[in-house]
Amino acid sequence: MKIWNKIKSWPLLLPVVALILVMAVNIIHDAAVGDNPLSFFMISLRDTTTNGTILFGRIIDIINRGSEVAILAIGMTLVVSASAGTDISVGSVMSLCASFMCMNLAGYGVSSTTTLAKPLIVGLLAAVLMGALCGAFNGTLVSHLSIQPMVATLILYSAARAIGLLLCNDLIVYVRNPSFAFIGAFTGPIPTPILITVVCIILISVVLKKTALGMYIQSVGINAKASRIAGLNSRRLRFLAYLLCGVFASLAGIVASSRITSADSNNIGLYLEMDAILSVALGGNSLGGGKFNLAGSIIGAYTIQAITTTLYALGVSSIQAPVYKAIIVIIIVVIEAPPFKAFIRKHSAARATKGVKA
Amino acid sequence: MKKKVLAVLLAASMVAALVGCGSAAAPAPAPAPAAEEPAAAPADDAAPAEEVAEEAPAEDAGGLIKVGFAQVGHESDWRTASTKSCQDVFSEANGYDLSFVDCDNDEAAQKEAVRSFIEQGVDYIIIDPIIATGWDTVLTECEDAGIPVIVIDRTIDDSDKYVSWVGSDFLTEGKAAAEWLKAYAAAQGISEINALIIQGTIGSSAQIGRTDGFQEVADREGWTVLDKQTGDFTEAGGQEVMESFCKSYAGKFNVVVCENDNEAFGAMTAMDNAGVTYGPGNDVILISYDACTAGLKDVQAGKITADFECNPLAAPTVEGVIQTLQSGGTPEREILVPDNWYALADQIVPFAVDGKDMSMIEVTDAVIEAQY
Repeated sequence: MKIWNKIKSWPLLLPVVALILVMAVNIIHDAAVGDNPLSFFMISLRDTTTNGTILFGRIIDIINRGSEVAILAIGMTLVVSASAGTDISVGSVMSLCASFMCMNLAGYGVSSTTTLAKPLIVGLLAAVLMGALCGAFNGTLVSHLSIQPMVATLILYSAARAIGLLLCNDLIVYVRNPSFAFIGAFTGPIPTPILITVVCIILISVVLKKTALGMYIQSVGINAKASRIAGLNSRRLRFLAYLLCGVFASLAGIVASSRITSADSNNIGLYLEMDAILSVALGGNSLGGGKFNLAGSIIGAYTIQAITTTLYALGVSSIQAPVYKAIIVIIIVVIEAPPFKAFIRKHSAARATKGVKA
Repeated sequence: MKKKVLAVLLAASMVAALVGCGSAAAPAPAPAPAAEEPAAAPADDAAPAEEVAEEAPAEDAGGLIKVGFAQVGHESDWRTASTKSCQDVFSEANGYDLSFVDCDNDEAAQKEAVRSFIEQGVDYIIIDPIIATGWDTVLTECEDAGIPVIVIDRTIDDSDKYVSWVGSDFLTEGKAAAEWLKAYAAAQGISEINALIIQGTIGSSAQIGRTDGFQEVADREGWTVLDKQTGDFTEAGGQEVMESFCKSYAGKFNVVVCENDNEAFGAMTAMDNAGVTYGPGNDVILISYDACTAGLKDVQAGKITADFECNPLAAPTVEGVIQTLQSGGTPEREILVPDNWYALADQIVPFAVDGKDMSMIEVTDAVIEAQY
């Protein structure tokens, strides 16, 4: 009973349940069509043509393909917490960083290359620097000029992708180089994007746990004025949140670009800002700022990818897929909504008292 | 105070960067065609020069024919080739003043672009419509302003207020791919076809035509189409869809149809990572559409089995339409740009679409060199 109570008060309960529910659909489907009910969860080793032996399975796909949104969700969580607003520019910033990186790696105006014009590390640093610059721009507008976050980030939302196109001379820049492709491919048997995501999560967790940064950001989000009076530099903390969000967006951009070994500035990160915001919400975080739960956001990110992968696995036609996606998201959001939680609590309490009376 | 200065500086530097990018890039497209013109002119005899000489006096004072082109975006190599073809043909050297707008796949921006062309008072408007519907109001405005509209590539379904449509017949492309597959499978002794289709952006005329054309033949021949999913005409989309297909239908498929080359690039990576072999002589017959340079290189490398072109070079045909209109004639309502089908010598088999015999082109270095 004690354990049950502990589970009930676990903040990650609902996000985890949502993720499990989405994946459970596959068990029911596989059982219904007569396959092994657990085939969705099977992970095997597979020999490939180009990458040696790799881990192979739907779960690996979810964790691998969900990397970009998971990385974005880290930054988005900090931004939401510190400023009670969202950074809607992350998808476009991803594209800009990818374009800037590929422009550096291929040379300006070159549309297809197999050799790198500059060392890989220069391209990667350029991308991260560009992400930091975009983050600093957003952060300056929000924290120092007190512009509404959505309005401030709307500038780069529309401009960043266009700047990326200009950097790439309006072309898709292909960098078909194995050392670059490695970032989106495999390290041994494990997809490299998974490793990058894990490193990002560990780094940010350590920083948030070992320093007071996490607490500072939360207190600024709960009450900026009170935090300032208590001695925190609210502006600088908000600025920092946006800066980090930009840097994480650049990392996501690097991964997305390396997967396809090109800078497809029109499509990289398209609509991903919405997925990132959704994962923060699915993780049980309030978009009103303040207290945040990073693990929840990351689980939320993988939930979104689990929905996509599940729809592929079920063979739902592309025309209908968005409808199912919407229905699933509505169900999850309703389950996690405070009034619904309160209703359930009241209902179970009422049942408990009834039991006592009887 | 120091921080405020820093903040202002940061904002200023960002704005400067924006402006810098804008101004640096704005003139960039202009010199490109200009630089190529002199190179092309001596090679092409004196014919183009004569044309220019004839056209120039035909126009009054201004001299140049003003053309506005509202392009879809630049989502693929195909699109880039289409844009470049237009910029080359409607160059100042050829007697044209081209206003080019890249609409970034934003249908509202495209209608805005057309309205801005009307305000600029261009002589002709070329539209590659992002979506097929919602055009009547804008096209009526063009008609009221007396500006002829030429639609290229994609189609407009809900208005007939344009002069001509110039483009490829996607349905024929889909049928051609399927008819070739039928002939090739017969030649190879493959009796059972189990196909997977990675579709383009759902609702685009290229997707509809290619899917329907292929499906029509597949239904007639009794082939199994295991699954159809959209890859949105992108490499990332093709990769993710194929990754899933390799799990759902492991060992069950022998044909993969990608509705453009970029999707095929993604599908190849995914099949590599699933240990599936593709191309001539391997497990899977890989069919692709578009036949851009990179796609043809993969045909030559024995990865893509056959590639079905959708010719992006509509601009020369469009120029013909404009010249007909200039001289007071009536151009044809629907004009098809000729498409070609590509494969390696061993994969070239005779086939017919709707009773019409088709010929294929063997991919060689020269063919790749000449392709856009």
